[in-house]
Formats: sequence, structure tokens, C-alpha cells
Amino acid sequence: MPPVSEKLQLQHLAWRAGFGEPLPVITKWTDKRRKEIVNKILIGKKDTLDAVAVISESDLPDYRKVKDMNAEQRKQVQQMNRQGVKDLNIAWTHTMINSEHPLREKMALFWHGHFACRTQNVLYNQQLLQVIRENALGNFGELLSAVSKTPAMLSFLNNQQNRKQHPNENFAREVMELFTMGRGNYTEKDIKEAARAFTGWGFDGSGQFVFRERIHDDGEKEVLGKRGNFNGDDMLQILLDNKQTAHYITAKIYRFFVNETTVDDAKVAMLADKFYHSGYDIKSLMREIFMADWFYNEQHIGNRIKSPVELLVGLRRSIPMEFEKEEVMLLFQGILGQQLFYPPNVAGWPGGRSWIDSSSLMFRLRMPQVILYSQELRTKPKDITPEMGEGQNYKMTLELNDSLRRLYARRVNATINWDAYVQDYKDIPRERLADEIAGALLVKNSGASKPLLDKYADSSTRENYIKTVTIDVMSTPEYQLC
Amino acid sequence: MLILNRRRFLQVGSLASAATLMPKFLKAFEKGQLVPPGNKVLVVIQLSGGNDGLNTVIPYRNDIYYKMRPALGIKRTEALSLTDDWGLHPSFTGLKSLYDDGSMGILNSVGYPNPDRSHFRSMDIWHTGSESKDFWNTGWIGRYLDAQCKGCDKPTQALEIDDTLSLAMKGESAKGLAFTDPNRLYNTSNGNYFKDLLNAHASHAEEHNNVDYLYKTMAETISSATYIQQQFKTYQSKESYPNTALGRDMKVISELIMSDINTKVYYVSHGSFDTHVGQQKQQEKLFQQLDEAVSVFVQDLKKNNRFQDVMVMTFSEFGRRVGQNASGGTDHGTANNMFLIGGGLQKKGMLNEGADLTDLQDGDLKYKVDFKSVYATLLNKWLSADDKAILQQQYGYLDFI
Repeated sequence: MPPVSEKLQLQHLAWRAGFGEPLPVITKWTDKRRKEIVNKILIGKKDTLDAVAVISESDLPDYRKVKDMNAEQRKQVQQMNRQGVKDLNIAWTHTMINSEHPLREKMALFWHGHFACRTQNVLYNQQLLQVIRENALGNFGELLSAVSKTPAMLSFLNNQQNRKQHPNENFAREVMELFTMGRGNYTEKDIKEAARAFTGWGFDGSGQFVFRERIHDDGEKEVLGKRGNFNGDDMLQILLDNKQTAHYITAKIYRFFVNETTVDDAKVAMLADKFYHSGYDIKSLMREIFMADWFYNEQHIGNRIKSPVELLVGLRRSIPMEFEKEEVMLLFQGILGQQLFYPPNVAGWPGGRSWIDSSSLMFRLRMPQVILYSQELRTKPKDITPEMGEGQNYKMTLELNDSLRRLYARRVNATINWDAYVQDYKDIPRERLADEIAGALLVKNSGASKPLLDKYADSSTRENYIKTVTIDVMSTPEYQLC
Repeated sequence: MLILNRRRFLQVGSLASAATLMPKFLKAFEKGQLVPPGNKVLVVIQLSGGNDGLNTVIPYRNDIYYKMRPALGIKRTEALSLTDDWGLHPSFTGLKSLYDDGSMGILNSVGYPNPDRSHFRSMDIWHTGSESKDFWNTGWIGRYLDAQCKGCDKPTQALEIDDTLSLAMKGESAKGLAFTDPNRLYNTSNGNYFKDLLNAHASHAEEHNNVDYLYKTMAETISSATYIQQQFKTYQSKESYPNTALGRDMKVISELIMSDINTKVYYVSHGSFDTHVGQQKQQEKLFQQLDEAVSVFVQDLKKNNRFQDVMVMTFSEFGRRVGQNASGGTDHGTANNMFLIGGGLQKKGMLNEGADLTDLQDGDLKYKVDFKSVYATLLNKWLSADDKAILQQQYGYLDFI
């Protein structure tokens, strides 16, 4: 196996720990030692976190008041929520595109799938996103606890209805099955007992977590071999004390960040052990991975299928652009099967090869042309179905579908800032341009050779050549990989 | 048999010309197995949004029904009479005659244990065929492809008429193909650039290699698009299909069924049936579209002697609650009915007892037939597939086939 070049190693790192970096960044990195680069990636430029916020708490009335509203007021609230969830999607995607701390957003995207949740309430979505972004590289125990106490998750998993007299197991089941241990590591009895511990966890009308002692079951529980008058916090601690949780989370992180098709069990066990003994420090785990020589093995490089959001964000990080209607990004996400804030189910997006079928692949291959040549978009996503249908909010989702449908068969008008991009190649001689562009955009290349790219390029000017070669390189199967 | 000969001629002729343009290793894909006469086909029509089953098959002698639905209940005089106790929604005049001539079966109280009232979760369950506590990433038709198409070169065994592919159609290694218009599919996938890329890619055929997987999918798509378009050209329906989305989709399906294409399953969606508000008008409109499209489709098949080889199945992710709500609609419920339409039905008419309104759970109908049994029956008896492997459990067979 030929050694992996330093440039390729850095591109690999930039993609896995973010959404790719343009050529000048990679070039700047080549003078530095791995430790220095990894440190920078882990910590980011500044320590403060700008919230992704589209609405303030006072803008929306609390949910208890909704019951007393007249039809017109209700409609207004729905309208605010609908527009809000759309805006939140766009705002977060922009944050990913422009972030100076891409790993935080990448990790947040990972947790967004891990702690999958659907709610129509924009404020709840915004809160949960903030919790996830704040703790994305922090302590997993704190992240778990904070997420579990958001109104978004408590309502999505029905814990408002989890009462001493009538326990609702949904929350406890998903916390154990999806958030911590994974299936097959506990019994149905454990779930029943855990559900009792979580009774009384809820939230109030202003969207704050509350512990409602009246409906909490404070009796003795026996769960995972432990016995005591556990409450919800105790229960989460029991799950964290169990090594299986460290293993489950580490394996999932390994598949997401290292290799989704072949998992090295020994490496996962080693990482999980360190993760556990660090007290679940996510940043240390990521440092361990990105510092390891094996992370840069050829078998891992370019073998990850970009998720639709990664693809879109990566493209826009490479070439700066603005869409006339930014909500067209929701359409791309929908067609390709990853609309933020609308995970397919509580287990999140399965990822990997499930992103790819004939139609999604052909759409991916055509997307750069649709965007960069401002072509008409003649593909419709499947409708999003509302979540729980008893409420009055179902109309909101229908309106979201309608608004996306209105974008059908319209040109994707993008204002593309080619100048900055073309400038990156100013020192490259013409005959090396095709290979350099392909080398910068792809971490793996088997088909896009210079002769082939030349055949389809517009060679009339240097600028046109760079543009057309770039679009063609982005229209390859290899560009789907990172 | 003149038509058949002409069709085969067209097919062979066009394949020959296409073959000269195709990369060598793709030529193998082009020799799709011709379908023997009698090829059984399943057409799935998904009624998205949760169709109200009680206003579809109406218990028009039942006082509870009218009491629970004072405004929404469909009057006995308006319903199309099926039996002494049951009537069909007034929009279904075409389906009523199919029912009368023994081409339709109605299966009642279909559902699953521990029903979920969320659209996306319940649809997931119907698509994957999982238990409601399980989360599967593959669909039942996708796993049929996995089992049936080991070594098949084309994903054309299952086609969805839509821009994007449903979970039901995604298997572990094989996936169906989605398109709305065969000609557009051909045009978008057959760019010379893509073909040149394919030629340049040296496959390592290594299982875990994703770049190979993507190139393989691309090759299959290009060859399938060509194959579908060639087949599509061989037959043009003489029937006039309604000018609705479903009408156009059913026409595409019919034209493909009349060709020699190797497709076993077609999938199409119709909706939205999420009628929380103003149900009457919305359901009426959607039923009318369904009735018209299916009636012409059946007529088309009958005239071409294909009806005995085709089974149409309708389903929805759940039924709706027994009682109407305050907005002239109904909210999410549980068990529901399914239509089975085809010339090869062994049992016709009402296939089982209608919904029991006296035996409710929290105001919802109880399921009597697990939908996985319907899948098992169709997979085993209609498509001759290993239903147990596909559904990962042995479900009882029903006797409509």
C-alpha cells in the first residue's frame, strides 16, 4: 500500500472533523504538526458559542395559553412555528457553512441524529439544538442529562404522560435503547423500573424543565441489578456507570467518524475504555481518534458516503454562494432524505448506503449543475408527515409541504462568488489545473482524470475552464464520498 | 401475435443499437431476462395520511356509527351497497362494479399490535414490516429484492412512480428504482459524461468499498433507464386515463405491464388523506381520483388479457378514530381496511367480518388481521418468494390467493 500523502491526510481530517476545507487552508496546515492542527480543530477559534436562534422566548405564547386562543391567534402561532422551523434549518445550515469551528457543528449533526426528535414547536427545537451544540464536545453525561430535560424530548417521548399511577415507558425505553446502552443489554423489567424513576419529569408552559413531585413514584426500584429509591437523575447515572453505554456511544462515533462499513472491534473497545475512564469526555475521545495513526489508514479515506447535509454544506464551503431563496436548501435536503429537524424516526438517519438509491444518486450527480448553472429544479421530495396528529398543528406541516412544492420547476437562482474560488488557483499552471482541482475536491479519485475532464471542459478562458472542471468534478460518484 | 412480434423486434432492434454505445461491461446488464407470459405483478397503492376506513367501507346499519359521526356519517341511501350491513363510499362507482364482478376483495380490521398514531412512525412500520417496537432500515419490498435478485443486474424488479424512493423499496443490498417519467429518467441518467466516467472507473468489486458501490449503482441506473425506456416504447395504451397525478402514474404502470419488462412490483402513492378538517370534500375528491384511475387501469388490463396476472393492493398507515372531531374531520386511529383487486383472486367480496364498533380500545378499532399476513400471502402465493426470510418471521397466510 502506498503511503498516504500528508495533503491527503489533512483533507481526510478536514472532512471527517468538519465539512472539508478549501485548498489554502489545507496548504497552511501542511507546515504544522498534527497535534497542533488537531488541537485547533478541537477547540476552535474562540471559546464563546453563538446561538443559532431565530425566535426569542417572548415571541411565542406558552403552550397552555394556546388552548384559550381563537382561530386567528392559533393560526398566527402556527405560522410562527412553521416559518421558525424553516428559518432554524437555514440558520443552522449557514452556521455549518460559515463556521470557524466546524467540528462542533459536525458533532452537533451527529448528536442531532443520535438524539432524534420531532416537534412542531420552533422554540423547543431551538432549545434542543442549543443544548446539543453547547455540549457537542463536552461531557456526554451532561449532554445526556440536558437533552433528556428539554421540553422537545420530554414531549416527543411522552414523558409528560409518565405518572406514578400510569407509567409511560416510551421515554425510558428510548433513553436505554437509543441514547445509552443499545438493545439487548437490559430486560423489559429494567425498562419498566426505569420508567418509574422518570415519572414526574416534565416541563412547564414557559418551556422549562420541572420535576413534578406529586406524580413521581418514589418507591424502591430494581434496575440493571441495582436497588434503590431512584429518581430520573439517578437513573441516568446508573446508565452512565454501565460500561456498555461507553461502548455503544463509542461504536456509533467510530462508524460516523472513522469507518461505517468495517468496524475494528479492538479499536472500539480500546477507545470505549478510555472514554469511560475519562468520565465521558467527548473532546478527549475525538482527540484520541484524530491523533491516531490508524485514523489515516488508506482503507478509511474516502470511504464515507456524505450525508445530504454534509454534501450541501461541503459544496457551499468550497464555493461561496447565496441562494435567491435559501429555503431551496430544505428542498435539496428533502429530496436527498435528510431534512434537519425531521428525522425519519426516533433512531435517526441510518446513514451510509441507505442514502443511495438510483434516484438519489442521480440527483446528487446533477445537483452541482442545477445549483451552479442555475437550472430548473424538477424533482419533488416526498411530503413530510406531521408527527402526532391529534393536535391542531398538523396544518403547519401541510403548509411546509406546500411551500416547498411552490419551489418546484423554478430556477435555483444562486449568486456564486467564483472570484474567490478561482483566485485560489492563480499560481497553478494551466496544464496542472484539472488534476489540482480534482485533488482538492476529492479524497478518492478513480474516474475524473485530466483527459476526461478536458473533454467536457469549456477551455475558452482560464476562468471558464476552472469553473467547468470544478462542476464536473463535483458531478462524480467520488464527490459523494469523504 | 403480430403485436408481440413487433414488440420483440423493436426491443431487440433498439437494444442492438444501444449496445454499441454502451461500455463493454454494461452490455451484460442489457440482456434482461424476458418475462414469461403469466408473469405475476403486484401494484401497491399507498393512501398517504391515514385514510378514514369507516367512511370507505361503511357500516350503514350500525347505530353506533351514526351516533359517533352525526355530521360525517355517510347515509345508507348514499352508500353503494355491498352486503346487508356494509356499503362502499359513494365515489367508488367503478370499484363497486369490480366488487360485483368478483374482481375485488375487501379485507377489514387490518393493523398491528401496539399501534402507533404518528404518521411517520406508523408508515415506517408498514414500510419495513417491523413490529412496532423495532426500528428497521429496510423495506419489505426491498428485502424481497434482496432475496429475489441476488446477482440481478437491474433494480427494475420493483419500480416506484415518484421522484424519490420510499423506504418500502429499499433493501439491504438491492433497491427499487423511482421515476415519474421513463423518458425523463433516460435523459437525466444517460449523459455522455456519466458513461465516460463509468468507462474510466476500474472496479475492484470489494464489498466494503463505497466508491465501487456508487459506480455500481450508477451503472445499474443507466442500464435500467435504458431498459425501462425501451420497454416503455413498445406499448401505448389506447385507454383514456384521467388527467390526474394518479391517472398519469397508473398509465405509466399499465404501459410497462404490457411490455416484457421484468418488473414484479409497482409502487405509487395517493393522498393526502390526513382529514382532520373538512374530511368529506377531501376524501370524496381523492376517492373519485382513485376510482377513475383504477377503473381505467383494470379495463386496460382486461382488454390486454393481463388482469389475471395483476394484483392491486391499497393500504394506509392507519385508519381514523371512530368518532368525528369538532372540525368536520377525524383524528388518527388504528385498524383499517385494504382493497385487493385483480383477476386472480381466490376469494372475493368481503374477505372477513367488517369492523366491530362494539369492541373498541380507547375509542379505536381493534385489529384482527396483521398486515404482515397480507404481505406474507402476497410474497408467498403471488410472487413465489420466501416470505419467512423476507419478513423475518412466519406469518399466517390468508386465503384470498
